[in-house]
Parts: sequence; C-alpha cells; structure tokens
Amino acid sequence: MHELSIAMSMIEMAAEEAVRRGGVRVHAIHLKLGELSGVVREALLFSYEVACGGTPLEGSRLVIEEVPVMVYCPSCRAEAAIISVQQFCCAVCHAPASQIVQGQELEVTALEIE
Amino acid sequence: MMSINPRLVEVRQNVLKQNDLLARRLRYRFREAGVYVISLVSSPGAGKTALLERLLTELRQSIRVAALVGDLATDNDAARLARSQAPVRQIVTGTVCHLEAAMVESALDGWSLEELDLLFIENVGNLVCPSSYDLGEDLRLVMMSVTEGEDKPLKYPTIFNTADVAVITKVDLAEAVEFDLAEAYQSIQRVRPGMRVFEVSSKTGDGMSGLIRFLTSQMVEGVKATAG
Repeated sequence: MHELSIAMSMIEMAAEEAVRRGGVRVHAIHLKLGELSGVVREALLFSYEVACGGTPLEGSRLVIEEVPVMVYCPSCRAEAAIISVQQFCCAVCHAPASQIVQGQELEVTALEIE
Repeated sequence: MMSINPRLVEVRQNVLKQNDLLARRLRYRFREAGVYVISLVSSPGAGKTALLERLLTELRQSIRVAALVGDLATDNDAARLARSQAPVRQIVTGTVCHLEAAMVESALDGWSLEELDLLFIENVGNLVCPSSYDLGEDLRLVMMSVTEGEDKPLKYPTIFNTADVAVITKVDLAEAVEFDLAEAYQSIQRVRPGMRVFEVSSKTGDGMSGLIRFLTSQMVEGVKATAG
C-alpha cells in the first residue's frame, strides 16, 4: 500500500505550486493514472482524502483520468490497444506486443485554483 | 463550498519525479563506478534470500559482488546472506512496503562502489508496490516459486511488466505441488511477451549455472556498453 505516500507527495507538490502562484487555493488536482502505474485508483482516492487533512489542500478533490495501455504492434506497424494487461497482444491482430507506448503514467497534469 | 470561479492551470509533473531523478543519479553513479546492478522482486517467501545466498556464494569466487537487502523489520536476511562472506548491507524499511531510490542511496553511504563489479538489491517481499519505483538498477529480476501457482504473473501483471527477466524458484518441489511449468511459461509470456525465463532450485542448485551465466553475460555487456 504505497498510495498514501504517493498521495502525500502529490499534495506537497500542489501546495508548493500554490505558494509559487502567490498563495492561491487549490480546489482540485488532475492526475493521469496509467493502467500499469502500479497504483490502485480506489486506494489512491481514499489515501488522498486522508492525506489532505490538516494541509492547505484540505477539502480539495482528486480528479483521475485513467490511461489505458497502448503498445506498438510490430505486425500492424501501428499503435494499438492490448487485449488486456493479462494478455499483452495487439487487440487488432492478436500478435504479442510488448513495447509500451502509454499506460505507465503517474502524472499531475493540472490544478484547479482560484 | 465550491469556489465561485476556479480555473484550471496546466502543471505536468511526474508524481514520482523525486524518486526518478534520484534513480537516474544513482544509475549514473553506478555506471561511473563500473558496477552492474540487479534488483530482485518477488512475493514474501518466494526465495529471494535463498537465491541471493547461492548467487553471492558462487559469484564471489570470480567477481567482486555485494548486496543490499530490504526488509520491513528484521536483519535476519542480512545475517543469512553474511554467510556467503560477500559484503551485505541491510535496509530496514520500517512500515514501508517497498524500496525507494533514496533508501538505496543512503545505504550506499561510505561504500566504495569502484571496488565492486556487481551489486544486488533485494527488494521487500511484495509484488505490488515495488513496481512503481526505479532504484537505478540495470536489470530487474522477478521471481515466482512453484508453490505460488502458475497464474501469479496474471495476478500481478505490472511487476512482471516492469521486470527484465523471470526466475521460477523451488523447482525441486514442482512435482510435489503439481506445478505446471508450461502453464507458468504461458502466463509469463502473456503479460510480458519475449521475457527470458529461468528455472532454479536454490536448495539443490539445479539451474543455477544457467542463471549465473546469463547474469554475468548481462553484466559484461552492460559494463562494455558503458565503457564504449
């Protein structure tokens, strides 16, 4: 369960950004969360709420955009979705494909501030 | 409650930026010192320490090898590994379920990396959390034991996907627990097509020479690539 420490570093990052922008209030953090980031969405949402307590971000929201895995398929010679994370095969032609082009993100993309 | 007029500002920051930066610095430091670094990940009880003890004992005959071992609360693993007579250091993580680059960095304090050829980092037994943290290693080795079941990779695809090589351990018990090797290979290939797989028994030594040959050739190539 490493989601709590991840939530805490996001909050810290957002709080620093808020100070840099002249002490604005952060209403929400927008996060891109890859399917292969190793972070569980529900655990992160729960941890976020807990970790916000007593910080300048108390009461703020975490808005998660989930990013599915995409691979480069060598037989289609194109980016493609996979059948599932349990089956790394091109969803189009079913050839095995291991070169990941997206799905590992754990990235704060934006803040809602005022 | 909600503000009257919140606006959206773009920031774009990797949440694990701190760790990634540190890992990059470590990787650079390892390269400069000419030491190849292999990390081991598995669930608790898959045999990381037993495998490492074997590896250290055999490898130290020919190369300069050392290990850092992560453990939640005890130094039992380090004590066990010390029997190999290779230098071993313990990282007690407390309640933290994974190693982070900063823990590796502070554990290296006072060690002259130039005196090493190969460094192993044994992560905390956990197939979930370690997958998100780069430790600056060159090669990540994921292990599964025959007693865990053939479908382990399907249950933990992320860690298998971040690893470079898989090792199936405790193969001396395979028959007793009716472990289906073909099915295990299939599971691994499903989540990580093309992944190299080794089968070993740290108890009997079966398969160890093949694994050692592979790891040392990776080391030589890695070091050569850096020197070149």
